[in-house]
Amino acid sequence: MNHDSYSDDYIRGILNSVRSFAIVGASANTVRPSYFVLKYLLDKGYTAIPVNPGKAGSEILGQKVYASLRDISGPVDVVDVFRNAQAALGITKEAIEIGAKVVWMQLGVRNDEAAGLAEEAGLKVVMNCCPKIEYARLSGEIGWAGVNSRAISSARPKLAPKGVQHRILRKT
Amino acid sequence: MSDEKIPSFNTLAIHAGAQPDPATGARATPIYQTTSYVFDDVDHAASLFALQAFGNIYTRIMNPTQGVLEERVAALDGGTAALAVASGHAAQQLVFHTLLEPGDKFIAGRQLYGGSINQFNHAFKKFDWEVVWADTTKPETFETALDDKVKAIFVESLANPGGIVVDIEAISKIAKKAGIPLIVDNTMATPYLWRPKESGADIIVYSLTKFLGGQGNSIGGMIVDCGTFDWMASGKYPTLSEACESYNGMKLAETFGNFAFAIACRVLGLRDLGPCISPFNAFLILNGIETLPLRMQRHCDNALAVAEWLEKQDQVSWVSYAGLTGDPCHELAKKYMPKGAGAVFTFGLKGGFEAGVKLVSNVKLFSHLANIGDTRSLIIHPASTTHSQLTPEQRTAAGAGDDVVRLSIGIEDASDIIADLEQAMAQAG
Repeated sequence: MNHDSYSDDYIRGILNSVRSFAIVGASANTVRPSYFVLKYLLDKGYTAIPVNPGKAGSEILGQKVYASLRDISGPVDVVDVFRNAQAALGITKEAIEIGAKVVWMQLGVRNDEAAGLAEEAGLKVVMNCCPKIEYARLSGEIGWAGVNSRAISSARPKLAPKGVQHRILRKT
Repeated sequence: MSDEKIPSFNTLAIHAGAQPDPATGARATPIYQTTSYVFDDVDHAASLFALQAFGNIYTRIMNPTQGVLEERVAALDGGTAALAVASGHAAQQLVFHTLLEPGDKFIAGRQLYGGSINQFNHAFKKFDWEVVWADTTKPETFETALDDKVKAIFVESLANPGGIVVDIEAISKIAKKAGIPLIVDNTMATPYLWRPKESGADIIVYSLTKFLGGQGNSIGGMIVDCGTFDWMASGKYPTLSEACESYNGMKLAETFGNFAFAIACRVLGLRDLGPCISPFNAFLILNGIETLPLRMQRHCDNALAVAEWLEKQDQVSWVSYAGLTGDPCHELAKKYMPKGAGAVFTFGLKGGFEAGVKLVSNVKLFSHLANIGDTRSLIIHPASTTHSQLTPEQRTAAGAGDDVVRLSIGIEDASDIIADLEQAMAQAG
């Protein structure tokens, strides 16, 4: 599979079919990108579990922080990697071990060896992307910030039940 | 629709950024004429102010009509994001406010819109930003003007007033080697004729007032972030790379990646300096852009017909239009803007100052005014108007000698445009 760019259908398919994210490298610092993503995913109704050995046992945004993926008791659909490309390999091996369906590496993170292992094990892979940006792009929210969504549609955007300033993804 | 194929230019000009209104189903983009927006709840409000969520707070910073306009122009240019502001001048102000610190310099090509020359020479001095001038027709002069304090290069793609086509690729190489961004004012070409990102621009600015809006009814400006510059690579751009005090120590380049520049211009420059575009102007300009490809092609076709006719007239000593075979910029025009060389150009009258004054006094279809890029054909004699305060020597140096007439060719029938010039020139002698 080509990892230089992904089709909207591929990304939308993942975001529409998963329920839970583990955020590896989640920060408690409210201005860090990993904190933004955790907060945004929770806001969109996903389960979002922070993973950070230095913070294990504490809470971020009311969510218990785990030391490693293996410590999480419930199901994890997506492992979101907020670590560098080198660390992504070990994290991917763990993601395969715990039965995750998707390995997602953040903007600036790409490890083709890890991607190959994950794909062999039947997982989907996204690299050098941010789930918050992708969700906001495909739901139309990102246009409020003047960002080019690279998508056009004649369908009415779908409002979230919680308010008009929240949009949710369409199924197709 | 799948993004396996990004829609082409004409489709983007109509659809990019615009979906039916989620509240009413309105298909045309509504004019959201409001100052402010109700928060969904307290946590939502806090998220918006902390930039953790996308959404609307206050129309000085963002507005949904404006947002559609921004995404539309970003898409046409192939940029990552854009910011619409009150005018082209405001766009330049915010770009430099985001890039420069007091004591910094930037290099600008000398062949520029006169209003930009004033802004750079005088208004920017009060911010302690220094412009260093180079010659757009000699790219090597940008290299020799470089020093440690230079943080950016600024040029027009198709330059005022004589339709000079600038070798953006050559200047981009110099900017990349120096590790500084290249800013291109693409007002006269528009993305229909030229997409400067493909020639190496990092930031594109527009006066939307001209061809993009295109109908002479609204002032507006735009900043397009091409997403090509690495703001974290050096310490030269602290506004983007350093912890931002007014956002609790957030690093904008780290948080917003390849659209951080557009976000910084909005959440710092626009928030704090305030030159926002009105929602009504955003709406009118958005409507104009839907017909940009049709209008721009007609502008160019008419301009070429008029220039070719002028060349043959006895009263005319020279015509400066890059679309003409034999023009010094013709080869660059063929390379960078094969669909047409734009619609603004100058020509000289053998009868000098007097003939120029008589010509603008006797036109019936052309409007005598100081603007360009209208559906209507426009004419001005710079020596008796925009440049009348200068000495004859200064006027000549600025490309506004006594004999110079500037035209902005509209989208009327070319035969009527030519007939008007013919009758007015007959009276001018």
